[in-house]
Amino acid sequence: MVIQEGHDLLKLEGVRTSFFLDSSVIRAVDNVSFDIRKGEIFGLVGESGSGKTITALSIMRLVPPPAKIVEGKIFFEGRDLTLLTVKEMENVRGARIGMVFQEPMSSLNPVFRVGDQIGEILSAHTNLSNKEIRNKSLELLKQVGFDEPDRRYVQYPHQLSGGQRQRILIAIAIACNPSLVIADEPTTALDVATEGQILSLLQDLVSGHRMSMLLITHNLHIIRGLGTRVGIMYAGRMVEQNVVADFFQKPLHPYSTGLLDSVVWLKGHEKRLKAIPGAVPRLSELPSGCKFHPRCPRVMAICKGEEPPMFTVGDDQWVKCYLYRN
Amino acid sequence: MGQVLSVSQLEKSYEVRKTPFSVKKILIRAVDKVSFNLEKGRTLGIVGESGSGKSTLARCLLLLERPDDGTVRFDRYDLTAMSEKELRDIRKEMQIIFQDPYSSLNPRKRIFDTIAEPILFHGIASRDEVKQKVLDVFQTVGLDEDFVKKYPHEMSGGQRQRVAIGRALATNPTLLVADEPVSSLDVSIQAQIVNLFMDIRERSEISMIFISHDLNIVRFISDEIMVMYRGRIVEKGTKNDVFSMPLHPYTRMLIAASQGTFQTVKDENGAFVDQGCNYYPRCEKRERECARRVPELVGTEDHTIACFMEQE
Repeated sequence: MVIQEGHDLLKLEGVRTSFFLDSSVIRAVDNVSFDIRKGEIFGLVGESGSGKTITALSIMRLVPPPAKIVEGKIFFEGRDLTLLTVKEMENVRGARIGMVFQEPMSSLNPVFRVGDQIGEILSAHTNLSNKEIRNKSLELLKQVGFDEPDRRYVQYPHQLSGGQRQRILIAIAIACNPSLVIADEPTTALDVATEGQILSLLQDLVSGHRMSMLLITHNLHIIRGLGTRVGIMYAGRMVEQNVVADFFQKPLHPYSTGLLDSVVWLKGHEKRLKAIPGAVPRLSELPSGCKFHPRCPRVMAICKGEEPPMFTVGDDQWVKCYLYRN
Repeated sequence: MGQVLSVSQLEKSYEVRKTPFSVKKILIRAVDKVSFNLEKGRTLGIVGESGSGKSTLARCLLLLERPDDGTVRFDRYDLTAMSEKELRDIRKEMQIIFQDPYSSLNPRKRIFDTIAEPILFHGIASRDEVKQKVLDVFQTVGLDEDFVKKYPHEMSGGQRQRVAIGRALATNPTLLVADEPVSSLDVSIQAQIVNLFMDIRERSEISMIFISHDLNIVRFISDEIMVMYRGRIVEKGTKNDVFSMPLHPYTRMLIAASQGTFQTVKDENGAFVDQGCNYYPRCEKRERECARRVPELVGTEDHTIACFMEQE
């Protein structure tokens, strides 16, 4: 794999996050490695339970107990986040890495004015005076597309629509000019029209602020529209990494092919969709070898025995599948 | 072919407080003068964003909720004029599938009992025959026989949705209403369930109403499309007409978004209107007239829209 020095903003190396339950240990994220470069939007795609969110929470060191990061390194701006103290991590979280969650309803405090909620993060991470904080908050409201920031500043979350709330969360995420924003299913709870607004806002922010973004979604349309590179997760593993354009032209992993086939693209005139048989396995009952082999149409004898390593296919193209052994 | 469902001027409103603390209540017209017909064996796709009245309409069609005004004619019955008791006998002819298979199945019942219940209730099979009947249903929806003894919590989302579909099909209904049946499922499972719906359509003469906010899926499944916005029908027509020549600005926006082209829409604030076209605050093509009068649905039988700008 080719890494251009100084080009990476975030680099995960063999990260494993496990849930320590009473009777068993479940690996929600297993040996995941990828990097995010400056100014790019990296799409992380997978079905529910594939480990996308736990990967994001691991980067933020916010994995909830009984889960723990047990292995691997997470380099961000030159430091390994797994080695930072709690205090040091607090200075990274919110300031250097911003986060936008899926549910704008529950991520805002219902009893505080939205302007003050933006101000809160500024007072935590900067030395600005109260007046400067207020001005900066108003400026941020404007940046995320509110025409009358003064009026919005004093409103409460319940007075805003879902899309507007999500824009407040984006304002909070970018308030301290972070170099990385993690957006976890930012539009899943929103309507199509509002979804468009939020996505184009995110895109503008990335290009305007020279930020990078980790965009987590199960919606392939969004990745096709916004993403630079994409990582596909299945059962806690990253099974493919690819450049977005190449991925939609010629996906590598049989699971990726299956995913693309099962989406109803507007061009399709077929009578049936090509569905992937079976269901996503439970993390507590994973099959041997390649975790996708029971559902794979191209399964070989070797797939059942040992888990495939990452094979390099081309520049920025890796896949965890024995079909690419040579 | 005959009309299975004929809906005329259906209305349903709710009184809600504007904020949890306000004394004043406002009237939300969830379904506002909706009329349409559904022919036997056809599938009607209803699209619209959340709050457009799709689900309220679905419930009103089956009289799970009493509409305020208007009529629903199903087969030869006028449902709106019937009592609950009379309706109960007809319910086996019209079944509904809900979005969330986690909450629509009884967690304390084995799958067998869940599917056997409507069969026994409507007297479709005797106690001796019911086992065979349930197994037939299992086969129709692609469930393994082992599931007979299982409880919902032992099954995945896709399997549960198959149970919900099987339960609805168990009484051999003539009308099936599916309210966002695939929205809560993973992409790879969605495709399986969509295919199941296609199979059901092919194998029987069933008429279907398929509600979804996902235009791509609705397009795949339906013969006709109806687009709703804030309780009103804004565009209606055959699938080909609506998709190849969408006329209403809202339909155009939806189709563009479903193809990955996102338009920036106007700020949603003040999106509730007292008079005129509901879409006025967000419309790019709006003119004065739109704020004053409600556009009527006009056009040919194959394609109607409610918009002044496109009617000339």
